Amino acid sequence: MTTATENTHTDDHHDDGHHEHHIPPGIKRWLYTTNHKDIGTLYLWFAFIMFLIGGAMAMVIRAELFQPGLQIVDPNFFNQMTTVHGLIMVFGAVMPAFTGLANWLVPMMIGAPDMALPRMNNWSFWILPFAFLILLSSLFMEGGGPAFGWTFYAPLSTTYSNDGTALFVFAVHIMGASSIMGAINVIVTIFNMRAPGMTWMKMPLFVWTWLITAFLLIAVMPVLAGAVTMVLTDKFFGTSFFDAAGGGDPVMFQHIFWFFGHPEVYIMILPAFGIISQIIPTFARKPLFGYASMVYATASIALLSFIVWAHHMFTTGMPVAAELFFMFATMLISVPTGVKVFNWVATMWRGSMTFEVPMLFAIAFIVLFTIGGLSGLMLAIVPVDFQYHDTYFVVAHFHYVLVTGAIFSIMAAVYYWLPKWTGKMFHIGLAKWHFWCSLVSVNVLFFPMHFVGLAGMPRRIPDYALQFADFNKWISIGGFAFGLSQLIFLALLIKACKKQGEPVSAQVWEGAEGLEWEIPSPAPYHSFETPPVVK
Amino acid sequence: MNSPSSQSKNNKMVVKLLAIVVGMFGFGFALVPLYDVLCDALGINGKTSDVAAVYESVEIDESRLITVDFITRSNTGMPWEFRAETRQVKVHPGQLNQVDFYVRNPAKTAIVGQAVPSVSPGPAAIYMNKTECFCFEQQTLQAGEELLMPMQFYVDPQLPEDITYFTVQYTLYNVTASADVVAMN
Repeated sequence: MTTATENTHTDDHHDDGHHEHHIPPGIKRWLYTTNHKDIGTLYLWFAFIMFLIGGAMAMVIRAELFQPGLQIVDPNFFNQMTTVHGLIMVFGAVMPAFTGLANWLVPMMIGAPDMALPRMNNWSFWILPFAFLILLSSLFMEGGGPAFGWTFYAPLSTTYSNDGTALFVFAVHIMGASSIMGAINVIVTIFNMRAPGMTWMKMPLFVWTWLITAFLLIAVMPVLAGAVTMVLTDKFFGTSFFDAAGGGDPVMFQHIFWFFGHPEVYIMILPAFGIISQIIPTFARKPLFGYASMVYATASIALLSFIVWAHHMFTTGMPVAAELFFMFATMLISVPTGVKVFNWVATMWRGSMTFEVPMLFAIAFIVLFTIGGLSGLMLAIVPVDFQYHDTYFVVAHFHYVLVTGAIFSIMAAVYYWLPKWTGKMFHIGLAKWHFWCSLVSVNVLFFPMHFVGLAGMPRRIPDYALQFADFNKWISIGGFAFGLSQLIFLALLIKACKKQGEPVSAQVWEGAEGLEWEIPSPAPYHSFETPPVVK
Repeated sequence: MNSPSSQSKNNKMVVKLLAIVVGMFGFGFALVPLYDVLCDALGINGKTSDVAAVYESVEIDESRLITVDFITRSNTGMPWEFRAETRQVKVHPGQLNQVDFYVRNPAKTAIVGQAVPSVSPGPAAIYMNKTECFCFEQQTLQAGEELLMPMQFYVDPQLPEDITYFTVQYTLYNVTASADVVAMN
């Protein structure tokens, strides 16, 4: 892509006086900020803190499953841990991290001075901590927090849940409102604020994938809000959406939930595709292979994501015709996804590759995400899904696509753009330790789950049959190691925020191309106040 | 940074996007009737019609004999004894049959019950026509009271050839709490 600019002298504008902003000191800077870079930083730190909290819950789960029998926590608390771990990682870690990256990068990539709706941007971040405060506080109340799984299937979340369900429902409402506001902001920014010459098909792929993700968000987050509202009224106000006695249907809950839930999994992976499509060309020193096909593949994945939801419910007793339809529609998604994987590989083919830390994470992403994609393809096959359903095979599948997929892409993105944000190169030694420790431990953690799953170990249970003991021990050891590896990342990030390290150039990486690499490092507080002209 | 014209452009777009959000929130709720309509039309979730069928000029298909099983279950929190007096019947399609169901309330208080039928395999559900059924309304049993409840049905002669056997399950729910609310209103 050609993104050469005519002028990049953004620093000059601070002399104008016209644009000079007084930055309030201390906490007020962060509370009142409408600056896309500040808000991006807030989102990213929030996501990282949530990642550590949700990770701590995963440690509780793995400690309990280290050996058969019940030893550390009681089953009800175990269920709360699996539920809240899932909710925090999905809505508190992955989604806010992507929104944070969008805040930092979308304006810089399209040559805009800020997001289109800066005040709404401030709101969409600052309601988020309250949502998770509500959710987490429910853990300390009588009866405990939500224990029905992050999918909150009725009647578990209606008939059999405690009164804390109301807190869960309101927390999800707030998270949804935050995501919707963030998505609207991204769409309006991309539509209205592109620099002259930044045509649709010149936009960096991270911008493209986020644009499509934002449309998915505004289409399905309201459906999730509807689903939790129905759970709320069923539980507290005597409606019968999901209660057979009153004419409702619990299976309908699953249809509504997964109508949101399946597009949701693409919300968590499309921006990852965008990140990898930025990083691979930089370190292969070749333009991205098949740019246009990447855009069309992303759009077709997004459209297909609306017609595959029932593959999560093959065992509910669907008619054969429906099972066949959802099976083939699901398999169809592997075509555009395959296009993407082949394009990344073709980009690396005969490139002058170097293996800086972002590239390491990006290559690990391609390999490990593909494993997760292939196990997804296995799960799509109706007859075998009857065996795999609700086993650890499913857990292995979605952790490969979410941890080594989404999370690895976020880490790749942080390493890739961190020098641009701080102006200093991060500690490369620590970063390499973080990468290799994470890579090894994440596979010790998730790969054996395929085997115990195929052998029939059910998910969401605090105890298991003796024959799964050895594998579970290894899984837990991998889990603890992966958890500890993230503390290396924390140490590295703290060093980076203290601005330790070698100063970097504006371009940072030798092969990096795009508008964000043409403004100085660290990126000034206000960039592109005069739009660049993209040739 | 933002000129007035770009402000109004942004605002217009926000309004449009918010309209999508509101529309999709509504769509979530529209899925409820949509789901019922689809299930009714395709007969795919084992639900039978909740209105009485009329038994009029139905041709009896003597060539086929369909086995129909009856299973009963009291849901959690429902203490009633509940059973079908006949566990299995063999019927010709089109032939009118009656099966009686026995209920007794062993509790010390009056309880309101609602039975919900479900047919398996699901595709048979729309051919299960009931001309009279206790499941069309709620029952109130005083403490210790017992009752024999009739259910009349015929199997639609249109029933596909490959279905020769199906099961009707009645689940009895305790709806005293919500029935009180209705009574108070």
